[in-house]
Amino acid sequence: MTTRQAAYCAMLTALAMIFGYVEALIPFGFGIPGVKLGLANIVIVLALYILPAYQAFAIQLMRIVLVSFLFGNLSMMIYSLAGGILSFLAMDLLKRADGFSITGVSIAGGVSHNLGQLIVAVLVVQNLRIAFYFPALMIAGLVTGCLTGMLADRIKRVMESYK
Amino acid sequence: MAAVIAIIAGISALVVMFAQSGAGASVRVTVDGALYGEYSLSKEQSIFIESASGYNRLLIKNGSAYMAEADCPDKYCMDYKPVSRGGETIICLPHRLVVEVTGTRDAHQPDVVVP
Repeated sequence: MTTRQAAYCAMLTALAMIFGYVEALIPFGFGIPGVKLGLANIVIVLALYILPAYQAFAIQLMRIVLVSFLFGNLSMMIYSLAGGILSFLAMDLLKRADGFSITGVSIAGGVSHNLGQLIVAVLVVQNLRIAFYFPALMIAGLVTGCLTGMLADRIKRVMESYK
Repeated sequence: MAAVIAIIAGISALVVMFAQSGAGASVRVTVDGALYGEYSLSKEQSIFIESASGYNRLLIKNGSAYMAEADCPDKYCMDYKPVSRGGETIICLPHRLVVEVTGTRDAHQPDVVVP
């Protein structure tokens, strides 16, 4: 790990935490309770493209654990970890596969994040009825993943021009 | 990527719409997967649901049910629109609570019988 990478890791973790906090101030739910914009995903997508994969994964884990301890609780951490780890694996896989744009990778992340949380919710509540939210959550993941992906794409281009 | 996900979401949305039927007859409340109680939608009532993790208050009015009160941290259950159609649900994840509309009200039956 170079000094530049260490600095990026620290900065991006801090940024992801702030985004997770700021997000609570922005009303965005389009009819589905609990759906969030996922601003922190901008940071994770960006990290995936400018840092080695294991460092991006560390940022994701640090962000979830820190935000849960600071502003949330244990059950929130379980949901976040399920969504966060699944979405990271999906995004890393698609990024390695090549042929997908940043926005495409981010969409896969948004959708798989919601899918991971839905699976945990079904297991926790012990009621398969919840799986009925699958289509709504897929569309929500598609829209939010697309928005955060486009932003990450913009930011990456700006960062590259400063190198 | 977007197209594939949109198609999967569309197909599953159709399945869900098919599974959700007309006006429901009652709501079934489950906590932690176990049945807590069943309440008729045609009677106006307020249901206090208490579990180890906290409490919720479900209101039934004009044939639909909504969460009026909860002591959970996020209050997402109170954001749900009132449910009345068969298969619709209100979920409170922190309390592991699911309210689902069951049965169908027979359209040929009178709403109220006045003796």
